Amino acid sequence: MSAYEAILFTIITASTPLLLAAIGELVVERSGVLNLGIEGMMVMGAVCGFAAAHVSGSAWLGVLAAVFAGVAMSLLFGVLTQTLITNQVATGLAITLLGLGLSGLIGSDFVGLPGVKLANVSIPWLSDLPYVGRLVFGQDPLVYISIALTAGVGYVLRRTRMGLIIRAVGQNHNSAHALGYKVVAVRYACIAFGGATSGLAGAYLSLVYTPQWIENMTAGRGWIALALVVFSTWLPGRLAAGAYLFGGVWILGLYAQGMGVGIPSQLLSSLPYVATILALVVISTNRRLSVINTPASLGQGFVPDR
Amino acid sequence: MQLLLERRSAALGWMNLMSPVLAIGLTVLMGGLIFLAMGQPPLTALYLYFIDPLTSWWSVEEVLVKASPLILIGVGLAVCFKANVWNIGAEGQLTAGALMGAMIPVLFGDWQSPLALVAMLILGALGGALFGCIPAWLKTRFGVNEILTSLMLVYIAQLLLDWMVRGPWNDPNGYNFPKSAAFEGWHLLPMWGDGRMHFGLVIALFTALILYWMMRNNLKGFEVKVVGSAPRAGAFAGFSQTKMIWFCFALSGGLAGLAGLIEVAGPVGQLQPHISPNYGFTAIIVAFLGRLNPLGVIFSGLLLAISYIGGEGVQIELGISDKTTQVFQGMLLFFILMCDTLILYRIRWLGAPKNSTLGEPS
Repeated sequence: MSAYEAILFTIITASTPLLLAAIGELVVERSGVLNLGIEGMMVMGAVCGFAAAHVSGSAWLGVLAAVFAGVAMSLLFGVLTQTLITNQVATGLAITLLGLGLSGLIGSDFVGLPGVKLANVSIPWLSDLPYVGRLVFGQDPLVYISIALTAGVGYVLRRTRMGLIIRAVGQNHNSAHALGYKVVAVRYACIAFGGATSGLAGAYLSLVYTPQWIENMTAGRGWIALALVVFSTWLPGRLAAGAYLFGGVWILGLYAQGMGVGIPSQLLSSLPYVATILALVVISTNRRLSVINTPASLGQGFVPDR
Repeated sequence: MQLLLERRSAALGWMNLMSPVLAIGLTVLMGGLIFLAMGQPPLTALYLYFIDPLTSWWSVEEVLVKASPLILIGVGLAVCFKANVWNIGAEGQLTAGALMGAMIPVLFGDWQSPLALVAMLILGALGGALFGCIPAWLKTRFGVNEILTSLMLVYIAQLLLDWMVRGPWNDPNGYNFPKSAAFEGWHLLPMWGDGRMHFGLVIALFTALILYWMMRNNLKGFEVKVVGSAPRAGAFAGFSQTKMIWFCFALSGGLAGLAGLIEVAGPVGQLQPHISPNYGFTAIIVAFLGRLNPLGVIFSGLLLAISYIGGEGVQIELGISDKTTQVFQGMLLFFILMCDTLILYRIRWLGAPKNSTLGEPS
């Protein structure tokens, strides 16, 4: 594998957890719900995925456990914000704080233990093609799943009746309710989907990226995913582009550290966070772009009046 | 069975005070269940957690030491959240304040006078306020969501601190440990008692009282409440949303910076990579549990300080990971948000739900 191939390969592995977490949140926000708990759901996915894989020896069981953990956390969020109409910002923070604590508690028995790595796909002949073989046909399965999910979400939101309903609920929940759509049920479903992909993103970290459990191993990726959704102006295609761009920045910092550039490593490590802020500034400056697609009911609770 | 919320015609006043009590009760109950699931004696563990820290003078002092930064940051955030401004990055502002205030002992180590300490306190608050003004500027100038920017700045501040203590501000006689030189003399807060009680507690309580007065008897407090609960009414009254954002971030950032300075000039006594056990995030819970009321924050700050000490106690006595502290704190925020629903809504249980397909218009 040549150097450029290796760099592109690692960029894809660094981007995939961001893409996975962000694509779920995009659907959640399109339905008008702001879930700030991604970091918490993700870290729970990471620890549960690692634990299940370590105990059972099967990476796929780990992935399954991670999805369950993510969905469970997201439903907790759902019960509070949808059924009990709590403040979505505060509840999302609660999910994150709880998730970071719970994951530390669950993971305290798993620190330093060897993990199970999800094997890369290997297609005879195709994966051995020069230059593009490993890159296109030799990634781990979750990379393909993340791309398929992005395409799927794009298709569903734009082309299907279900997507129309989700967008209607997010744009104006009162009108959607008057038309007879089950606003709360639709939102619950979207929240659960967001939980599932956040769990997957966590599993990616503890089963592929670094197959071990490290406390707080999400390192703010959940928050960056949230920023990516804003950056993408709620469009899946742009989201994918943004995710790979950010993965690129992340890896750039790591490579620069490895090559011993004269810049302190901490400053290079802060690159992704600085880049996030800059990206948000750039996209927010363009009012038209950010206003057009912002779901109008974003973050507002819905109580049907009867 | 279906759960139905019915809006009350008026907010239930006494529930405002009852809901934290209810939330604490539920947290203790859930905590007991968690200890049971971990195969620990639940009652012993809960006793160690919440009562034992109050049984000896030494641990009471420790609680007060931990409560000082929590109260200081918590009251600032309470004003912020009341105004509907979401500063989530208090942890970063705390770090920035500590760094800025530490300039005096690190760069002017020979300046020993009470004025040096005053300068440190001012610089600490200034550092936090300036750092807090970054998200305020991005929000008011470019319309960038303040939640995301203030949070990203936490990571940036912590990496900056890490670099400073390993690089430029590393103690030349410190055998390369990631620490600055230990602060001495007037670069430390006055301490008393036989533990680590320090002047920070006085500052925290004083600040809480001032903010209580401001929110209750001052026009600024009224402005905070109006802009937070009815922005349109606030605009008609001539209250500027932009100025409110600046005010909230400068205030809460400044107080968080002061808390950071108090930590490094108090219990920690020098700069090191980790100067706070997530006080900035825990203070979010403190603010909510204290009903966004500065006096309430004093009590909730004390309670969450107890949870820190209790967590350490449980770890020593029963060998349970001190992560339980974070779990307790998260649950507490959860239950308080849940119980707050009861202030505005009445909960009714209905019979079996009608049959209908999801999403299809009927």
